Amino acid sequence: MDLDNTEIEHLASLVRITLSAVDIDTLKDQLPKILEQFELLNEVDTSDISPTGHAVNVESVMRQDELRTPLSTDEVLSNVPNVLGDHIRVKTVLEE
Amino acid sequence: MGELWKLSLAEMHDLLRGKSISSVELTQSYLDRIKAVESDIKAYITICEDVALKQAEQADIRIAKGDCQKLTGIPFQIKDLIATKGIKTTCGSKMLEDYVPVFNATCVERLAGVGAVVLGKGNMDEFGMGSSCENSAFYPTKNPWDKDRIPGGSSGGGAAAVAAGEAAYAIGSDTGGSIRQPAAMCGIVGLKPTYGLVSRYGLVAYASSFDQVGPMTRNVQDCAAILEVISGHDEFDSTSLPRQVPSYSDSLDGNIAGVRLGIPEEYFLDGMESGVRERVNSAIETLKEMGAIIVPVSLPTTKYALACYYILAPSECSANLARYDGVKYGYSYQDTEDMWEAMGVTRSRGFGMEVKRRIMLGTYALSSGYYDAFYLKAQKVRTLIRNDFDSVFQQVDALIAPTSPVVAFEHGDRTDDPVRMYSIDVCTLPVNIAGLPAVSVPCGLSDGLPVGLQIIGPHFSEGNILNIAYSYERNTEWSKFVPVMN
Repeated sequence: MDLDNTEIEHLASLVRITLSAVDIDTLKDQLPKILEQFELLNEVDTSDISPTGHAVNVESVMRQDELRTPLSTDEVLSNVPNVLGDHIRVKTVLEE
Repeated sequence: MGELWKLSLAEMHDLLRGKSISSVELTQSYLDRIKAVESDIKAYITICEDVALKQAEQADIRIAKGDCQKLTGIPFQIKDLIATKGIKTTCGSKMLEDYVPVFNATCVERLAGVGAVVLGKGNMDEFGMGSSCENSAFYPTKNPWDKDRIPGGSSGGGAAAVAAGEAAYAIGSDTGGSIRQPAAMCGIVGLKPTYGLVSRYGLVAYASSFDQVGPMTRNVQDCAAILEVISGHDEFDSTSLPRQVPSYSDSLDGNIAGVRLGIPEEYFLDGMESGVRERVNSAIETLKEMGAIIVPVSLPTTKYALACYYILAPSECSANLARYDGVKYGYSYQDTEDMWEAMGVTRSRGFGMEVKRRIMLGTYALSSGYYDAFYLKAQKVRTLIRNDFDSVFQQVDALIAPTSPVVAFEHGDRTDDPVRMYSIDVCTLPVNIAGLPAVSVPCGLSDGLPVGLQIIGPHFSEGNILNIAYSYERNTEWSKFVPVMN
């Protein structure tokens, strides 16, 4: 299994990570070797097997919709990199 | 009073309760020990001396009022993947280098509730991704038994701190072996509880269906005492199970006569080191002499666990780590007005290579065209691995295996080859895939380096596996072996 530069760059764009040329070369070498190990699973017959998401079965948890004290605005904003007043400032999402 | 950091939790508790020492004295003794050895070991990312001494003063007030529980006033280290209010929680990553949580993880709240004292935050592989503690964005931790070697990972800081006497115990997390493997490599006890027993609220998510918080200690009794405090249902974690927490300490009766122990042949791999094989086989002989019934068993799907884990865990990680976008918290690249460029550079500079590799792998496995072949296939294999354990636990009470097929290796030995690095998790991963509890207990030395014995049980059998570990520990001298440090 091979991955070319275009495939690595496409994956990087999906995960929003800007890769350097060195990173691309490293991943182009390493990812196929890891993916090759995964092919071992092809020898397992899973035709009548249901998938497992969680190993211990849990059911949906419901609770009363009660009013609770939330974090204060200062607490919520305490780790925000770019604050404008009581707001989180983000880059332009929609161009004019 | 001399070297207080050498005492067990029970001994410290007795001295505190009898008012022979104060929590402030005990905490100062650990801070002094940290000052003496930390520059060599690097087990901590943050040391919070002021917070620790303040908490110790408060613990002393409680004790003076007659409220001295098992962990009251005793100092511990907590992995830097677990949220601590007002104390930096970096996850071993540049991404969260300056992140200060505004809330405590549930396990931290519970420990604070009994008056435990936080010494600081444990070094780790970035976001828990690694088996050697070399993926910390800050510095690697060194193994107190041999400073040229890794302490294991990802909770390497916790294991090294406990082994070096830099904390009475540590709280780690285990997604694929991250408590047990470093515990084995540093010669201490480490327990990965049943999935859902300990709340994950405030544990920064790596792979949510695998992650569990657990104790890392010098002996099994300590481990049981801590588990009693941190386990139990939590409404803030929807996967936390509503069950009564038993007294694990009361399960430790030291008697394993008639207990059926399975030896899964698949865990004794061709590639395992001969020293590890010898130590584990010798431990099995000891357990037999103690009255346990040894039963050879087979878990045929074991060989698929590595591939299954390295598809599912990176898939979950790729979704969980999407939150680091430089907007709400964490590192944020600001030198552009373009949103996508800002996000791409933020994530490129904030994450280390192993994290990028796993995000890429997971996204590949989840992407259209590969989802069925990789992600769904691995989820089905997960069912088969779980079924294997279910059927073997019809025959035996617990399984005995090595924790790691190798002892601690030298720094840099496996960093360039991810496949070789991933392969050392082979004995620990199946346990997380099936959500089982397992404990690693020291079972001797190979060429002067610790070997861990892994005891795996059915869901919620912590009391039983801890008793097997306790019985073994009492019949051997291994837990008394400590690293000689200059």
